[in-house]
Formats: sequence, structure tokens, C-alpha cells
Amino acid sequence: MIELKVNGRSHSVSADPDTPLLYVLRDDLQLNAAKFGCGLGQCGSCTVLVDGAPTLSCVTPIMLLEGRQITTLEGLGTLEDPGPLQRAFIEEQAAQCGYCIPGMMMRAQALLERNPHASDAEIRAQLEPNLCRCGTHMRILQAVRRAATLMAGPGPSPGTVVTHAPSAAGPQVDSSDAEADAREDARSRPAHSERRERPER
Amino acid sequence: MNAILSHKISRRAVLRGTGALVLSFSLSPQAWTQEGGSQAARPAPGPKLPGSLSRSPLLDAWIRIDADGRVTAFTGKVELGQGIKTALLQVVAEELEVPFEQVSLVTADTSRTADEGYTAGSHSVQDSGTALRNAAAQVREILIAEAARRLKAPGDQLHAAAGAVIGPNQARITYAELVSANLLHVEAQPVSKLKDATAFKVMDRSVQRIDIPAKVTGGAAYVQDMRLPGMLHARVVRPPSYGARLVQLDQGSIEKMTGVVKVLRDGNFLAVVAYREFQAVKAMRALSLAARWEERAALPTQARLHEALLALPAQDQEIFDKHESGGQPSKTLEATYTRPYLSHGSVGPSCAVAHLTEGVMTIWTHTQGVYPDRQAIAEMLRMPPDKVRCIHVEGSGCYGHNGADDAAADAALIASSLPDRPIRLQWMREQEHGWEPFGPAMIAKARASLDAAGRIVDWDYGVWSNTHSMRPGPAGALLAAQHMERSFPIPEPKPIPQPEGGGDRNSIPLYVLPSAKVTHHFLSDMPVRVSALRSLGAHMNVFAIESFMDELALAAGSDPVAFRLTHLDDPRARDVVTAAADEFRWAARPAPAGGHGCGFAFARYKNLAAYCAVAMQVRVDRETGRTRVLRVAAAVDTGQVINPDGVRNQIEGAILQSLSWSAFESVSFDATRITSIDWATYPVLRFSSVPESVTVRILDRPGTPFLGCGEAGHGPASAALANAVANATGKRVRDLPLNAAHVKAAIGI
Repeated sequence: MIELKVNGRSHSVSADPDTPLLYVLRDDLQLNAAKFGCGLGQCGSCTVLVDGAPTLSCVTPIMLLEGRQITTLEGLGTLEDPGPLQRAFIEEQAAQCGYCIPGMMMRAQALLERNPHASDAEIRAQLEPNLCRCGTHMRILQAVRRAATLMAGPGPSPGTVVTHAPSAAGPQVDSSDAEADAREDARSRPAHSERRERPER
Repeated sequence: MNAILSHKISRRAVLRGTGALVLSFSLSPQAWTQEGGSQAARPAPGPKLPGSLSRSPLLDAWIRIDADGRVTAFTGKVELGQGIKTALLQVVAEELEVPFEQVSLVTADTSRTADEGYTAGSHSVQDSGTALRNAAAQVREILIAEAARRLKAPGDQLHAAAGAVIGPNQARITYAELVSANLLHVEAQPVSKLKDATAFKVMDRSVQRIDIPAKVTGGAAYVQDMRLPGMLHARVVRPPSYGARLVQLDQGSIEKMTGVVKVLRDGNFLAVVAYREFQAVKAMRALSLAARWEERAALPTQARLHEALLALPAQDQEIFDKHESGGQPSKTLEATYTRPYLSHGSVGPSCAVAHLTEGVMTIWTHTQGVYPDRQAIAEMLRMPPDKVRCIHVEGSGCYGHNGADDAAADAALIASSLPDRPIRLQWMREQEHGWEPFGPAMIAKARASLDAAGRIVDWDYGVWSNTHSMRPGPAGALLAAQHMERSFPIPEPKPIPQPEGGGDRNSIPLYVLPSAKVTHHFLSDMPVRVSALRSLGAHMNVFAIESFMDELALAAGSDPVAFRLTHLDDPRARDVVTAAADEFRWAARPAPAGGHGCGFAFARYKNLAAYCAVAMQVRVDRETGRTRVLRVAAAVDTGQVINPDGVRNQIEGAILQSLSWSAFESVSFDATRITSIDWATYPVLRFSSVPESVTVRILDRPGTPFLGCGEAGHGPASAALANAVANATGKRVRDLPLNAAHVKAAIGI
């Protein structure tokens, strides 16, 4: 058994010691955010924080992680109470398929914890290892900038880790309930300033 | 968490409660074009119904209202990250006059939704949006009529608002009170009383997408996140190359590995099943080492790929031919453009969950077409289609026909050998890169003459391409079916007919040309596995045509934007070109100097969907050939807009994705194997190459039909890049990708 500290809670894990952290997070702890993208450390979809540093969980065996503080996207907030980075990504509508987004967010979180006033060049350099195939890059950059502003403002400090029970997610046969909740929260307000023109004809 | 759970249970119970309405859907996937289009001929009596209502005319196939007033909408289209769920919910809420949050949506499921073919070709809003809009409007009018009957008031004194019908003297009857068992179980009418665009409260608004909160908080959002009780993990071992034969396998040692439940061999199909996911991965690696394959060296030489393609037998189709008298030709230009094979390269490898129980195979899949997939998998498993159910669950963005269908078939084949155990199958990175069907390599040759006044007087264009759709329907489209012992042959490739076209999509210019000929040279031999990649041939044809238009403008001594306007008479096209030029401040653009250059391009996707123009400024490093895109401005006319921010997200995404394809990407191979098998061997766009700004101006066209916009930006973005590089360097790069090596070679230093 290996003891892992994930999002502020301890877990005894029975997986083989050479098992990459990603599989333990997803299959044993039922945490959805970190994603399998390549298993080679090339795309960043599996990024989590280990002692605050962005770490590729698909190539990091759990035997190296005993006693370390592991933070996943679930540790930054919840659907009901999203953290500043999560709020920023929702407000900027910074996702298309969204598969790469948790990895992007964790790498951004590591930067903003270290440097809440990161420049655009620093944000780009930080995100350079992570791949997005939908072409959401502009919005991801904008969301990280917005998160920096939110974190600098009043409210919980950027590094605050919100602990919560891992979700026992079942099959999503119906349209997801998270979506139903989100819909109830959706406002008919522009996510961006509108610039539209109506040609005269 | 508890509140969410109880919500789910109650919703399911409600849906079960309405089971009295048994719906059946026609099973004729061949009536659909391969790219999801609805224009394919289907014998239907009476006048044509709007959108996909023509496929599935019963109103309660699209909209149901439960006894508690909750509205459920049904679509045969799927969420691919394009935001379609949110847009369709907006349409229903608007026309039905119910609050947005009271509507939920069920997406493609062969047991619950209409057969809308594939979610492809920028058709979802046009087909399903149109169907839902009309269905919602007709349901609203039925409810008003029912209220009028009960209130004994004339219908014109009633109106619908907030999920109820309001009558004289503030009489109010809720939809829940009005709806009864069969009230909505009626056929749709050809004409609906649609709301006027000026009255919109939910449509034409940037409503936040309903799927994003779960995706940014670790909610279960993808098929990859499914965990069924008793679920086992599977991995496949694919052959090392096309046509490889398994000649030796020592599987005994693998069966003894920790956690391994089963090693499955069926001809050239190999898979392992284990209790834990990483046990399956380790067993897959061991099985891969234990297999010996006989391979064939059958691939063309990559360095001479386009010569090899041009040497293949071609079926020539003249798709456009026009002869009108124009001016006298004074100058003639000719050019040849090429595109390599492109990978969809989904960031998450394909995944599916399959479960065979009580004689029914259920597959949760991120396919773009649940019905065609069901057809193909049923044929492969030699099961009746009604014993196979395909349910769409989101996956990583697919951008066309990636490994999704193959993974669904893999999972189903494995699950069929392990009844009563749900099987989760996920591909590895090298499998996705190596085995997905690529976007075809293409060649375009253009020739045109200018008169003394600088107007185009004749035009001759030919495009050489494989098919752009080898999607399922037939079992032989699936890798598992090709590899299994009782294998199925790969189906005969077919061109997708005009007006949408496949390799010839957007090969007919929208410009006014007195004399023009366009030929589609369809290549049926496929040395490399190919199928649909977002925008199909439009990416290459718009790249070629719009590059060539720039070359012609230069030869004519004209400004590229003015030259296009000279040859455009479609007012909406002219408006989009003018708007993009204005958004970019084209007239005030910097002169080409210091490696800076600006480019412009325009197309109307498929010549029948959204109009899109893109202007771009780049800086080229002459020493390295490396191109940096600095700023991009686009304009789009997508007809009536449902969600402006959704449109903007799609156009931004199309531009960035096209920049990645057009500046970086190329599938590589040797004589035997695909060699671009991961992100190190298949470079793509990263943040250091992302533009400093991308702006999108949406032209407002209230009340006009929906025009699909999801693929409108790809072609214009690629040509705008090429034109900007040409403007910056004075040299034309006609071979994609415009990577540092190609640009440096063109500069010649």
C-alpha cells in the first residue's frame, strides 16, 4: 500500500508501485480532471501539481510520490464553489472540447501561485508544453490573465486548496447533471463584449 | 452531490414515465450523405419539412413535456466541443417560450433520438437547429390551441410565455397542465409560425455553454470518465503497418500476468483485458513484443508523394463548365499547390465502453454518427441492428473521422467475448496517430488569364484527391472488422457529390468568371488510410484558389481585397470581405518590410454555408524561415446567429486549427509504416506560435436561415497565411505546410 496525499486528503492505494499517478487518480480515486493524452509526457493533458510544481502524471510512478502534496483540478474548487481559475475559464468560455483544459489550468495555477503578476510572455512560456487541438489558445490566455486579476482581488488566496470528497461518477447516460446545474446558473449575458454590425440593405 | 444525484434519479424516472410514447426511427443511413447533409433524396410524401423534421416528422420525437412541466429536447446530433447542446437548447427555449434552464437535451442515442446521420459538415444548426426550431414553434401553437379550446377563447387572444399559455383576463394554463399523452404525437407541418428575430430573448444571445463548468471542475464529462460496476479495462495491439499479418504469437506468458483476464486473438485483431487499467497497458506492451508480423512495403515515397498520387488512375469529373465571352487574355498564370496527409490528432486518444448483456450490445462512444456506427458494428458482430445500441458520450475533439468509430468497434468486439462485463477500451497515443484515417493529401493545379484591365477572363482548375469519407455504415470501414479472422472488405471509396463535394468541396470559385472549368480528379486507390478531416477538401481548395487569386492580383497590379471585390457580385460575400478588411484596418496596413507582410483570403464554405474572410499579419524570420502570425482579423456571416460567442469561439478555433495544419503539420511514413506516431514526430502549433490577437466580427443577419459556421474559417485562414508570407518575402510557397523549412527554401538563403 502506498499513501498518497491528494487535494489535502490521504489515500491508501493498492496499485502497483510502478503505476503512473494518472491511472491511480482516475481509476482508484475516481478523479476525472487529469486526462490521458499521450502517456509519453508530450502533451500536458495529465498535468497535476506535486508540491506546487506542474508534473506530468502519466509518466510519474506513484512510488515517487509518498509524502508529497498532490493537487488536481478538483482541488481548486467545485462546481458549486469554483475557484478563481475555474471562474475565469467559465467567464471567458475558454474551452471547446475541453479535454486539454484541466492540464492547462494546473500549469497556469503553478505559475500564478508563484507569480500572480505574470506577463503575457510568461504565461505563454509556461503553457508551451501543453497542446490544444481545438484552437482555444486565445481564450486560454485570456482566462489565465483574468484569473490573475481575480486572484489579486479580494477573496480566498490563490493557493487555497478546497478539499472535497471524490465524486462517485456513474455513467453519463443522460445529459450530465452538472450541465443541468450549470444551465440553471447560466445567464443570458454576453461572455464577451459584443461587436456586431448590421449591414444596411 | 446528493442534490445532483436526486436530480438525476428524478429525471430518469420522469423519462421512464413518458414511455407510453413509443417512437421508432427509420433505418436508412444511405439516405444521408456522408457528411451529415440532409439534402440527400428521400422519398417523402407531401411537402418537404424543415431541416431534419423531414427525416423524423413526429413532433414528440424532438420535444416532450413532462407532467411537471420539464421540457426535454432530442437531437440526433452530438456535442463535439462546438457548443451545439447550448445552441440547440437556446433554439427550443426561444420558440417554445420556456425558460432556458427548464429545458434539457438528449443527444444522439439509437434508442432515443432521431437518425440525423453524422454530426459533420457544419450541418448541426442547419439540420437539427432548424428541426428543433420548427418543432418547438409547432408545439407552442398546439399548446395555445389546446388552451383556446379549454378556455373557449379565440386562439388569437392567447399567447405563450414562460412555460404557460396566457389568455383573456390573465387566465393562465401551464404547459404541464395542457400536455396530455398524445397531444404532441403528431406529424410536423411544413410551415411553422416562427418568432420574429426582433422578439428574441434567448436566441442571438451569448449564453454561457452548459458543458463548460463540469469540464473545468473535474466533473464526469467524457466517455473516458465512465466507470460502470464490474468494468474491465482493455487495450488493443494493432498491427505495425497496413496489411500486416500476424504470423506468430506467444500469448501464454501474457495470460499469466497480474490482473490479466483475457488475451483475445481474432485473426489479426489482438487485445488484452485486465482488472486495472495500467495492468492492461503493461499486458498490451508484453503482447506487442510477443507478436511477430509479416509486413509489406507498399507505401509511396514520401518525398515524391504528390507525383505518386498524380500517377494513380483518376476518375475525372467536370463539375463546372462555363463559357461566356470576356475580355482578351493578355497575361496567363499557372500554379500547382499541394497538401500532405494531415492527422486529426485528437489530444485524447479514442475510447469507448461496451457491454453485452441479455443479448443486447450497448456501446458508449464519441462517434459522430450513432446510427451508422450501429449499422457497422451490428454487421461486424453479425447481430441484428436492433440488438445493438450506440449512445453518444463526449470525447476529446475529433475534427472529423478519427479513431472514435474504430475504438467503438474494438470495445464491442472485445465485449462480445466477455458477456456481462462492461469493457472500457482506450487507444494509446501511437495507435491514434498511426491508425486514424488521415485527411487526404491533395494536389491542385490552377491556370487563369487576365485581360489588359486586370480582370480574370478564363479559369481552369483541377483537384486530385482520394475520397474524404470512409466512414462506417459498412462494417469494412472499421479496423476491427478488417483485422478479424472473418474479415470484411474495405468498402469501395466514393466521391461525395456536389454541391457539397468531398475532395472538390469549394473547388468552384464563388467569383464571377466569364469562362471557367473545374475538374475533380477522383483517386480511388488509397495508399494511406484516409477519411473525413474537418472541412474536407475545402481547406486545400480554398488555400489553392485564394493563393492563386493573390498571385493574379499581384500580376494585375491590384490590391488583393479590391481584386476580390472586383470579381464578387454576391452582396453578402462583398459585405464579409469589406468587414474583414475594415476589422483588420487593411487600408492602413504596414507596407511589407522587415519581414512583415499581410495577407487576405475569403470563401463561402461549400458555397452554401457561412461566409468567412480572414486577414492576417505575419513576421517572417529570413534566416530561419520561421513565421510568426502577429494578428488576425476575421468577419463571418452565418445567417441568423443563435449564440454570438459560440460563433466567435468556432471561428477563432478554426483559424488557430488551420494555422496548425497549414504551418506545421504533415503525416510522415516510410515504405512500410506510418512514422508520425506521437507529438515529437508530428509537430503542431504551440503557444509560442499563437497570434498576439485574433478578432472576429459577426455580421448580423436577423431572420435569415441558419448557415453552418464550424468549418468556415479553415480554408481562408490557410490562404491568408500563405498570402501574408508571400507579401512578407516576395516568394510564394505553394506546398503545405508553410513550415520554416518550406519558407526558407522559398526565400532561398
